[in-house]
Amino acid sequence: MQIIEPLTLSGNLAIAYAVKQLDVDVVAAYPITPQTTMVEKISEYISKGELKANLLLVESEHSAISACLSAAASGARVFTSSSSQGLLLMHEILFITSALRFPVVMAIANRAVSAPINIWNDHGDIMPQRDTGWIQLFVESAQEAYDKVIQAYRIAEDDKVRLPIMINIDGIVLSHTYEPVYPISDSDVASFSPWNLYSPRLDPDNPITIGAFCYPDYYFETRYQSLKALNDSLPIISNVDKEFGELSGRSYGIVSPFKCDDADIILISMGSISMTVRAAVKKLREKGEKVGMLSLKLFRPFPSKELIRYIKNAKAIGIIDRAFSPGAVAGPVFTEVTSALYLSKMDIPSVDFFLGLGGRDVKMEDIKDIFNILKRIVKTGLIERHSYYIGLRG
Amino acid sequence: MKKLPKWNEMEEGFITRILSESINKTGTWRTFKPIIDQSRCTKCGWCIVYCPEPCIYYESKKDSKILIDYDFCKGCGICAEECPVKCINMVLEE
Ligand code: SF4
Ligand code: SF4
Repeated sequence: MQIIEPLTLSGNLAIAYAVKQLDVDVVAAYPITPQTTMVEKISEYISKGELKANLLLVESEHSAISACLSAAASGARVFTSSSSQGLLLMHEILFITSALRFPVVMAIANRAVSAPINIWNDHGDIMPQRDTGWIQLFVESAQEAYDKVIQAYRIAEDDKVRLPIMINIDGIVLSHTYEPVYPISDSDVASFSPWNLYSPRLDPDNPITIGAFCYPDYYFETRYQSLKALNDSLPIISNVDKEFGELSGRSYGIVSPFKCDDADIILISMGSISMTVRAAVKKLREKGEKVGMLSLKLFRPFPSKELIRYIKNAKAIGIIDRAFSPGAVAGPVFTEVTSALYLSKMDIPSVDFFLGLGGRDVKMEDIKDIFNILKRIVKTGLIERHSYYIGLRG
Repeated sequence: MKKLPKWNEMEEGFITRILSESINKTGTWRTFKPIIDQSRCTKCGWCIVYCPEPCIYYESKKDSKILIDYDFCKGCGICAEECPVKCINMVLEE
């Protein structure tokens, strides 16, 4: 591999840089904070001739994703991105994209949803997209965002996968924070993620109909196909990450455990907050506390087996949720983790911690408080509450 | 009873190849029929772009006469609405 000097990039710009290197054909997106600078940069690349792509100036996010879906249907490599309300407006088309099996790649700068209006980070926008049939990745840094975009096209266009992918970066925290990003060379990108012109696709010489009306006698089977494709994509996602590691020296895993082996208490998190959790674990380990953490890098398909492998010996598990699922048994991540535990016939005390909503700062102290609650559970064997709202006044 | 295919015997992504849209003549749905006043038509081709069917076409090459395939025209009236010189009239079907 050719060694290249690091660039100083924000998460948004790191993604834009990867999109340029991936030689995307069509970009359709609608600006929304905190995603805007990502698409602005891409349009700059296009106007300077550094990326030969069609930038479609659409009137809404609904149109953006529809345009991407249609362009992908003709075999083009496409990119879009959104955030918060924009992502919610795309919701309808997200299901169609995955069921019709088009490898659209979308980056999402995760942001709280209205009301009230809030432009800061949480996972309120992405959680309602859980069941849209997309592969959903979460990252912790601009570097990881860059690396995952390159991997995403390789995964999405794989003939065995052919599914759309969302790369989630925490809005503001990752989208706007600059850090050194080590790119790989254009030729390495091209050989790692070569454009796979998939078929069948829309082709005037070979007409087909895609996504026509479907009677009850075919609907079930059709939906099952995309469900199966999503579940089967897990080993492919994992292998692409490993192969990327061989090329670049950076591999992240679909789950990223830290000090889990002998840990009595494990805290599970997703996205940039994992950095704070990891730092807290380091500090507590210095004091001799047997704590660990695990960062979920893949949310759909949910990596149950891989997760269980690392947490099965814990005496208490904490799960961080950064979005509500109002009226549900618990938060969305908690529900996944505890279902995975149940199916593995494991009864480990688990507690849900809601925090960092609407960009509320999460400090090291907050994480230490969480570990203290879990420590009490291990000591007393008593779970007082199944959910805590860390930092909520009152 | 006809045996239906299993999920893994079906093409992925819900593709249909029977091209039912060329067999089923949707022109019978029409209530109003678009009639082009050829003397005023500028042959701009705007109606071709807008027709959702699409069933409007140039007779031969570009700039030749504009024709409507009434086997498929559903009579939606979009062409008449969009025509810049308003030379398409929607006429009630007999
Ligand atoms: S839009 Fe009107 S003027 Fe233009 S080609 Fe069609 S009928 Fe003729
Ligand atoms: S009425 Fe509608 S379907 Fe018929 S030609 Fe005009 S636009 Fe096409």
